[in-house]
Amino acid sequence: MSTTLRENPVEQFLRTDRMPHIWCPGCGIGTSVNCFARAVLECGIDLDKLCIVSGIGCTGRVAGYLRLDSFHTTHGRAIPFATGLKLANPDLHVVVYSGDGDLAAIGGNHLIHAARRNIDITVICVNNFNYGMTGGQVAPTTHHEKVATTTPYGDPEYPFNLPDLAASCGAVFVARWTTYHVVQLTKTLVKALNKKGFSFVEILAPCPTLYLRRNKLGTSVDLMKYFKEKSVIKHGANTKEVGLETYDKEIIVGEFVDIDKPDYLDNYNEIMKKRLGDKFQPWGR
Amino acid sequence: MAEAAAKKRKFRGVVVIKPERCKGCEICVSFCPTGAISMSTKFNSKGYHYPEFSNPDKCTGCGLCGMYCPDFAIYGYREKIEE
Repeated sequence: MSTTLRENPVEQFLRTDRMPHIWCPGCGIGTSVNCFARAVLECGIDLDKLCIVSGIGCTGRVAGYLRLDSFHTTHGRAIPFATGLKLANPDLHVVVYSGDGDLAAIGGNHLIHAARRNIDITVICVNNFNYGMTGGQVAPTTHHEKVATTTPYGDPEYPFNLPDLAASCGAVFVARWTTYHVVQLTKTLVKALNKKGFSFVEILAPCPTLYLRRNKLGTSVDLMKYFKEKSVIKHGANTKEVGLETYDKEIIVGEFVDIDKPDYLDNYNEIMKKRLGDKFQPWGR
Repeated sequence: MAEAAAKKRKFRGVVVIKPERCKGCEICVSFCPTGAISMSTKFNSKGYHYPEFSNPDKCTGCGLCGMYCPDFAIYGYREKIEE
């Protein structure tokens, strides 16, 4: 141990003056940021060309903790902001890093329309099954019959199947992992960052303070062990079958969709070229 | 036998811990494949127990603790043993 210690590879991506962060002990968002930083390191993107856009919520704080060009936008509007960023400067790699409440609830329409348009952005959705920052209210991803602040007797609704939602709206890359699968998640994030078109990665993360405590599901270590037991890796699985309606259902993880399709700017340039001929100068290509 | 096995190793695992960042979630200790780290009985300034590198001989330097840690408080790497 006489030699000098090596620096943490993730450290260069963090705003260390803001550490320790506000996330609770055992929160899965920190793990997902860890994987994301390692994925960025692995795929060797020029850091001046990488933008992180976050909405509001616990996961929305990611933009504030990453030492990259990061934007903290209004609630649910991370994807419209990212769309504008990408269309104004097509050289950028734009990553939307937000939570389930931000992307699926208030920003649900933006999610489906960005997927439909096939904007070339990467969307990372950290799904912790409730609204963490505001006190554990019911979210569109809360399991059926599980307790949240606003559903003290159990949630009567059924949750969104987010991979199916993204895939059916036209996303070209759809994957789901849990915070237990850190190595696989890092590899998938590398693929998603390099993929041209709308790529969507859902990360299931424990929310120990609100969701697990209220439902008496133990600590985040217990949920990580549960993820380990219950998850089944099925690459290319039919996204219709990967829903998480109830807590006890097996968690199907993997890369579900990986197709190639022209993205929004390709289609835009092609149509304008058809109409205007040589007068039109392709944008961003 | 154990000494012979220790001599054959060309790499050693190193784990670095930053106690002040730790919030004591115990994920690193629970998921360490070889049990090289354990929770310390000491407290950091916020009152959390933090992990300690208690069994350096067991560590393979896989770095999984660093990948799991939500607080960026621990990381591991593999170091070549110089003869």
